Amino acid sequence: MFYRESGDFKTTYIDDDQTFPIKFDRYRYYAVMFVAFAIIPFMVNDYWVNAIFLPFLIYSIAAIGLNILVGYCGQVSLGTGGFMAVGAYAVYKLMTAFPDVSIVFHIFAAGAITAVVGVLFGLPSLRIKGFYLAVATLAAQFFLVWLFNRVPWFYNYSASGQINAPERTILGEPVTGANTDAWAVYLLCLVFVTVSALIARNLTRGTMGRKWMAIRDMDIAAEIIGVNPLTAKMSAFAVSSFFIGISGALFFSVYLGAVEVGEAFGINKSFLVLFMVIIGGLGSIFGSFAGAAFLVLLPVLIKNVLVGGLGWPTDLAAHFEYITVGALIITFLVLEPHGLAQLWRVVKEKLRLWPFPH
Amino acid sequence: MKLKLATLALGAVMAAAPAMADLVFPSLSYRTGPYAAGGIPFADGYADYFTLLNERDGGIGGAKANVIECETGFNTEKGVECYEATKNEGALVYQPLSTGITYQLIPKASADGIPVHSMGYGRTAAKNGDVFKWVFNYPVNYWDGASIAVKYLLSENGDSLAGKSIALVYHNSAYGKEPIRTLEALSEKHGFDLTLIAVDHPGQEQKSQWLQIRREKPDYILMWGWGVMNQVAIQEAANIRFPMENFIGVWWSGAEIDVLPSGDKSNGYKALNFSPVANYPVLDEIRSVVAGNGMAAGDGSNIGNVIYTRGVLAAMLAAEAVKTAQGIHGVADIDASMMRDGMEALEITEAKLEALGMSGIAPEFTISCENHGGNGQAIVQQWDASAQSWNALTGYISSDNDVVGGLIAADSAAYAAENGLEGNCN
Repeated sequence: MFYRESGDFKTTYIDDDQTFPIKFDRYRYYAVMFVAFAIIPFMVNDYWVNAIFLPFLIYSIAAIGLNILVGYCGQVSLGTGGFMAVGAYAVYKLMTAFPDVSIVFHIFAAGAITAVVGVLFGLPSLRIKGFYLAVATLAAQFFLVWLFNRVPWFYNYSASGQINAPERTILGEPVTGANTDAWAVYLLCLVFVTVSALIARNLTRGTMGRKWMAIRDMDIAAEIIGVNPLTAKMSAFAVSSFFIGISGALFFSVYLGAVEVGEAFGINKSFLVLFMVIIGGLGSIFGSFAGAAFLVLLPVLIKNVLVGGLGWPTDLAAHFEYITVGALIITFLVLEPHGLAQLWRVVKEKLRLWPFPH
Repeated sequence: MKLKLATLALGAVMAAAPAMADLVFPSLSYRTGPYAAGGIPFADGYADYFTLLNERDGGIGGAKANVIECETGFNTEKGVECYEATKNEGALVYQPLSTGITYQLIPKASADGIPVHSMGYGRTAAKNGDVFKWVFNYPVNYWDGASIAVKYLLSENGDSLAGKSIALVYHNSAYGKEPIRTLEALSEKHGFDLTLIAVDHPGQEQKSQWLQIRREKPDYILMWGWGVMNQVAIQEAANIRFPMENFIGVWWSGAEIDVLPSGDKSNGYKALNFSPVANYPVLDEIRSVVAGNGMAAGDGSNIGNVIYTRGVLAAMLAAEAVKTAQGIHGVADIDASMMRDGMEALEITEAKLEALGMSGIAPEFTISCENHGGNGQAIVQQWDASAQSWNALTGYISSDNDVVGGLIAADSAAYAAENGLEGNCN
């Protein structure tokens, strides 16, 4: 009734090709953007930004990155934590080596460095597939964490092996370090998320994305119709690692400020981001956001309800949180194996027909 | 999805805000995960002591203490969330019981003006109060610990460790890496060989590390471990028949829970401690007033063990700092900056401890603007497996200030330069 294509005429190809061809979708997208950019920055405090928005936004970037690799190109990767660590350590080395250059360039450079590392560790994907590739990327995960623990150059020879983000500003407003304002870090991450999502969305709709999907669906057939598996797979690894590197850089510099590689970028992180992608929906940009929201916000919500609202003991609540999140993951995947994104698509389809279901 | 969850979370947060109590002590505890073995007794001791003060004395100086617990799971991301969730409740002091979270909180809490007390952990250089205005690590820190252990070994070997070899088995994190610099300086000074052996989080798998120890046959082993890593290491040491009396853990590797799983084989294992276990009268009061009335934070089984005692000590030091602050400012309901003044003027004497019913639970020390770390003293204790008790082998040993003091000055100067800080003690 409200949600329909009819009456929404397109007179140019450009109009017809836009990301949100349906008017209702488009306005919803504008509304979300408006709220995110123009309303939330005025309302957030430190708790909302540091406990909810920053992790959600940063994990969204990581999930988008991994979704390109796993969801669009079909290359399973368990190296996400390691690649995030590359982004974090790259931005740390750049921040401390070139303090006068803007942090924005450092974050992009960290993404680029991670892309190179990602391509390097993606090379085995030319020969091996599926679970075997997962094991190869698992090696990347452990090797990179070991490397950053082992070589003191990466952490500037600090006594504890930790890296700490010094204060850096954008237009005079601190965005890293201790004296940041909630709205500033929120907006910085939001801009990165928006740009990443736009780039990813348009890449996946274009030639490159179609090549990735061809490789994913059947690599031999793709090769026969002229898709070069080398460039397709390597570009997927590069683009994916670029986003993951950016998320790692933001995770360290803006969100945590001090990081210990084994704890922050361990194998758990790889699984967490992979679960986000699977729960959100493989091969969907919206799914990356939905998955990140599910796994970042739900634990905080459960904890606040149980401990803050109902006054449960903290340990009981923590265990209950594991149980509920686990149970919900299973329930969701049983009911909808294609993730939250598919759920959303079904809802849209139903809305389109409503109130006449046939 | 996002919007709906956010709205729900907002409602939950609003509902969560508890009534403002007078003195708020956030307890960033961990009762879950691989480090819960140490996290639970500490959190219990911390909470029980404040409950005792509320029940017995009606609070501290007339103001009630309110402990807000927040589960971190020893995870820095959750630690940040807990910090942000509790800091606006009027938090007076943070004691996160995690070096990783302490590193996270040092800049944040300094910017927000809330003191951090990392008692026997955290960033060692924070002892220099001239640079670290809001951070305290009295009564002892890791570099002191490394020095005390070496001093003890010196005394066992006729003041010479030349030609001996010492292995450091450490948790591969900021915590475990802390003593390395000091041990390297000490190995140069005393001429012993130092082997570094890292154990990755969480430390359940240590076969290769102990194989290396078996091969290299060090004379002594020092351990910087925590949580499940301790039990595994002591079991592995027993398996390779390493003489337990040559195996010394730091104070976080010297609790009952660490040695009990290996049974009799752990007999003779040594550990440092700055809060010796004893039958302090205060523990009896906790048993009768707190646990007896069903108000204990845990199930009561931990009361009196090593880590619980240390939790009580942490709470006592916070409460004494509050009393000092109340004395300075003349108000009962102090805020975080007054708390800092109280911590900076804190004086712990034997007479004070005696009056509190915990004579000997901590070394005597006085805090000043320049010295946020106390005197750096600890004892060496030994596990008696048949009696299942820790016996003190020495009195309080002081650290080698020539080495530790120089390292602290260098590290804090580097931090000050990195962050453009100027001294605040003038």
